[in-house]
Amino acid sequence: MTILVIAEHDNASLKPETAKVINAASQIGGDIHLLVAGSDCAAVAEEAKTLSGVAKVLLADNAVYSAHLAQNLSKLVVEVAGDYSHILAPASSQGKDLLPRVAALLDVAQLSDVVEVVDADTFVRPVYAGNAMATVQSLDDKKVMTVRPSAFDAAGNDGAAELVAVGSVHEASTEFVSQALTESERPELGSAGVIISGGRGMGSGENFELLEALADKMGAAVGASRAAVDAGFVPNDLQVGQTGKIVAPELYIAVGISGAIQHLAGMKDSKVIVAINKDPDAPIFQVADYGLTADLFEAVPALTKLI
Amino acid sequence: MKVLVPVKRVVDANVKVRVKSDQSDVETANLKMALNPFCEIAVEEAVRLKEAGIATEVVVVTVGNKSAQEQLRTSMALGADRGIQVETDAALEPLSIAKLLKAVQDKEQAGLIILGKQSIDGDNNQTGQMLAALMDAPQATFASEVKVEGDKLTVTREVDGGLQTLSMPLPAVVTADLRLNEPRYAKLPDIMKAKRKPLDVLTVEELGVTLKSHQKVLKVTPPAAREAGVMLDSVEALVEKLKNEAKVI
Repeated sequence: MTILVIAEHDNASLKPETAKVINAASQIGGDIHLLVAGSDCAAVAEEAKTLSGVAKVLLADNAVYSAHLAQNLSKLVVEVAGDYSHILAPASSQGKDLLPRVAALLDVAQLSDVVEVVDADTFVRPVYAGNAMATVQSLDDKKVMTVRPSAFDAAGNDGAAELVAVGSVHEASTEFVSQALTESERPELGSAGVIISGGRGMGSGENFELLEALADKMGAAVGASRAAVDAGFVPNDLQVGQTGKIVAPELYIAVGISGAIQHLAGMKDSKVIVAINKDPDAPIFQVADYGLTADLFEAVPALTKLI
Repeated sequence: MKVLVPVKRVVDANVKVRVKSDQSDVETANLKMALNPFCEIAVEEAVRLKEAGIATEVVVVTVGNKSAQEQLRTSMALGADRGIQVETDAALEPLSIAKLLKAVQDKEQAGLIILGKQSIDGDNNQTGQMLAALMDAPQATFASEVKVEGDKLTVTREVDGGLQTLSMPLPAVVTADLRLNEPRYAKLPDIMKAKRKPLDVLTVEELGVTLKSHQKVLKVTPPAAREAGVMLDSVEALVEKLKNEAKVI
């Protein structure tokens, strides 16, 4: 049994999600090979070689893979797929874009957002925004799945994998036009140890500066509820929830967030949850370890001062 | 250009589902059902393309039993021109749905297919991508902006960390994210008019698709409940708890 993991990277460095998927793969058991597909991404492959548990790094380095387009990347993965028993990728926007396409080409099903490995055929995944957990047995000879990174710890980096060049050139009719990524000094939501999120109660985008001041003091990431995103306070890539980022940091501080089930789906696996809301009946308090009924415009600056 | 919009009937987003006591599934009997919110956005986008003179016809299709016709009518009240129900009582996996949709597309030959990015019941986020693979067509998932110029499609996508813009030839598959548009409310005359729009029923056999089960759900359980927390009366008390009890700061 050998497992193929698709590495997530930006052609310059490996994303932290990859190490978490490697850990999920180790729990399935068997050899692990890691596919690094991209353009001018030899540095990523070097980094990938050190991930604990990876026996082989497969490098497909070609300009056609620079934007990681699902259209041709899926064909590359199918070409490489050969005898692998499992194909895994993080449940990131890239993994979710790519893997269903791979599964369809292989004529197998795909499991989305795996949060627990029961055995080599059986996995647990959330449905209905995490209001139910389904234990699903795959009947396919090749199991294709996206893995929810927040559900697994990262693999270490004491490995020394062998590097092999693989794959032929698959062209895509899709063209990459541009990318506008949010520049931030703060950690990414997916890997932050502490996340401070604001909701509709923040009142405006400017008021998020209160959260940013606290975040900078704590080395935290800033997130938001869908209500705050829909109100135009902050961009969508900050959204935590069923359809946004799924996170599980050590500490999650929800400020002015009522706690709709769609938001809870994205953060309820956090180790410690703090809720600050002026409405004592807000559902967020039902999942919070520590609740504070207070005006956030007083409580947040006070917290920033004390921490 | 014809636009095909596959839609799904799901438990209403505001209903909190419960797991059945025999752990076979979630209880969906007698719950309020609705058009999946992402599908609603997909229908709205197709209708806007028609209103802009880019699309000539908007066809909605669903796979399910007769009750799913309700969601086809809802879609037609929003402006879709006609509906297709692929009749089945089985709860199908995304791959099977994608195969049926591919067979419908082979008949319809739409220039553009718009779907919701995921349904809020299974949360799979697979069908659009699988359909694109089966069609060997380009795809643009998680779309927040769609532009059609001639036979070229330009889509802005919501990706981790920001936005990405791709362009591709038609036919193509687009999956709708939340910010693509804000769906309209259907007006009463449109709801009445939708009842008279054509709705065809096709069977799986007619489409010539052989379906196979690839997965078995062994059990469905409630998520681990969090223990009730404590309410604190001051920021000082909170900081003290975080430092000394939770030890996270």
